[in-house]
Amino acid sequence: MIETLKHLINTLAAPTIFLPLVAVLFFLVLHYYRLLSRPAVAGGILLAAVVFYAVSLLDNNFRHIVAKPDNVPITMMLFLSGFCVWMALRQAAINDERIERGLPPVEKEGNETIFVWPDLVYIEFLAAVIVGVLLTVWSIELKAPLEQPASPFKAPNPSKAPWYFLGLQEMLVYFDPWLAGVVFPTLIITGLICIPYMDINPRGVGYYTLKHRRMAITVYLFGFLFLWVTLIMLGTFFRGPNWNFFGPYEFWDVHKVEPLVNINLSEIIYIKILGTGMPSHWLPREIWGLALIAGYTFVLPILLAKTVLKNFYAKMGLLRYNVFMFHFLMMMLLPIKMVCRWMFNLKYFVAITEYFFNI
Amino acid sequence: MWSNISKYVTDSQVWKSIIRHGYPDTRRNRVLIILSNVFLHLHPTKVPSHSLKLSYTWCMGGLTFFLFLVETLTGVLLMFYYRPVGEYAYNDILALREHVPLGIMRELHRWAAHAMVITVWLHMLRVFLTGSYKPPREFNWGIGVVLLTLTLLLSFTGYLLPWDQLAIWAITVGSNMARATPFVGHEGPGSKLLNPGLFGMEDVPLIHATDDARFVLLGGPFVGEATLLRFYVLHCVFIPLAAATLMAAHFWRVRKDGGISAPTDEFSKPL
Ligand code: HEM
Repeated sequence: MIETLKHLINTLAAPTIFLPLVAVLFFLVLHYYRLLSRPAVAGGILLAAVVFYAVSLLDNNFRHIVAKPDNVPITMMLFLSGFCVWMALRQAAINDERIERGLPPVEKEGNETIFVWPDLVYIEFLAAVIVGVLLTVWSIELKAPLEQPASPFKAPNPSKAPWYFLGLQEMLVYFDPWLAGVVFPTLIITGLICIPYMDINPRGVGYYTLKHRRMAITVYLFGFLFLWVTLIMLGTFFRGPNWNFFGPYEFWDVHKVEPLVNINLSEIIYIKILGTGMPSHWLPREIWGLALIAGYTFVLPILLAKTVLKNFYAKMGLLRYNVFMFHFLMMMLLPIKMVCRWMFNLKYFVAITEYFFNI
Repeated sequence: MWSNISKYVTDSQVWKSIIRHGYPDTRRNRVLIILSNVFLHLHPTKVPSHSLKLSYTWCMGGLTFFLFLVETLTGVLLMFYYRPVGEYAYNDILALREHVPLGIMRELHRWAAHAMVITVWLHMLRVFLTGSYKPPREFNWGIGVVLLTLTLLLSFTGYLLPWDQLAIWAITVGSNMARATPFVGHEGPGSKLLNPGLFGMEDVPLIHATDDARFVLLGGPFVGEATLLRFYVLHCVFIPLAAATLMAAHFWRVRKDGGISAPTDEFSKPL
């Protein structure tokens, strides 16, 4: 019974199932946030998560990975992020309901100014003391890890970056290092900096709401919760030797072999569809992929601006619209590539390996 | 008795020289303590009550700053014992563990660093979800993004210092990416285009493994002793200074932008 359950969870944790599940769950949460954020419901979810974790810790393989000293913060991050998102959605639910009834948000109600001394200084002091104590207990209980001395010749398998970069490392499954390790991180930073200039919705300052800023919040939370936090979790807990997938209760077997059957778009076109064999020069070979990517990046925004996003474009203006669309489309490239990989075993849209230009 | 002692203390010349006014229990003195103390004056003297609620700011910005202070303090203590040289680094860390009874400085430093990464993300999340980056706070959000990057870089450079297998390989994996930087990484797209072919040296690429972006980052073709020293200096001097400076700017801007965000009248406007 337990074994079947473990087996089921191991199967469900495979990226092809796990990631779509999380994505669906994400949109369900945003849709039913009023119901799900009720204290009783949210408390139930929290309880279920804690029980799941606690029971799972009885499993040796699970405990081995989750209880690694450097992985402990990830568990903290998961629960804390969940808690914070709950707090935000709960307050958003309350405010949104008030707004519907024509009332101002709670934050506006009964607002008076109060002295920083003693009230704020007291809270800051208290928070520092509490966190200081927690840190001390954590430090006494859990030793900082120290492995064998550095040896440039003995690469551990798997070799992992520090946990906060594992979302980026997980991206390497789908993209080459120049994208996953250089271009996308840069775009994350520039995209974040541009947010205040791209979001021209004047509402939603100073209170929690979903109703007033549905699009902005959906995009941001999708990036943070799905593309960042979930991928970190996947990269740390479910990726073992050779970056193969392992379920949470699965032993990390170095000899696990996963057949590599991925093929490029050019191979799909020239071999599977046209049956002509591959052109030898890279330009005719990759022209389809190049056209596809160029169309996606440069033509699609124009088409959208002329059709479904007409109003949006009019409101945003040329520059804002293009900066937003570029970052947004680049962000969506990751889930798109994931789906293509799972459905067609697609390796690269564009594969000009001669010049390290693979997308 | 108690009030006598406290009156004696607050009337003394020493108290007056430090605090410059009586104990802050009157309106006047509560304002004065904030205005006359260089650390407290990061605050306004009064704030709207909603901004004190834990449910509003989650205390995350303040905690990030607190953890930064913990890092500075424990980091300085660690620097007394640690030498960033291949020969010593690992053994110094080992000695911290084995020869210091009840020593938890390394633990405090490591766990507070992890915690700081988490609190920065959550601080950002709350700033986003309360729309606090909207005018007039756009620029402070930008400062914040740079602070986020610096926080991650601080953590990353520190990760190498124990000089164990975990450290060297995590940094190797992390920095391997730089090889693929477009144009300036030797395995990056476009790097082959940067081959001017001068002086009949068509076969010698301009960008190769010993002069590309990764080489500059690591101070060598792979993670070695030069990297250790480089990361040590970045970790202990450059990035903390940059972060502290930006934090000062960040806090300053919070005040100049009108304090913690509060609902404006815009909320009722139709889209
Ligand atoms: C080292 C990192 C950081 C520290 C120490 C820090 C500290 C703080 C503190 C103490 C506040 C006062 C309000 C609060 O506690 O929420 C604040 C506000 C703010 N922070 Fe940060 N912060 C950091 C990183 C960031 C990041 C990564 C962002 C966003 C990308 C950001 C954007 C803002 C903004 C826009 C405000 C004004 C919020 C408002 O008016 O409600 N900060 N920060």
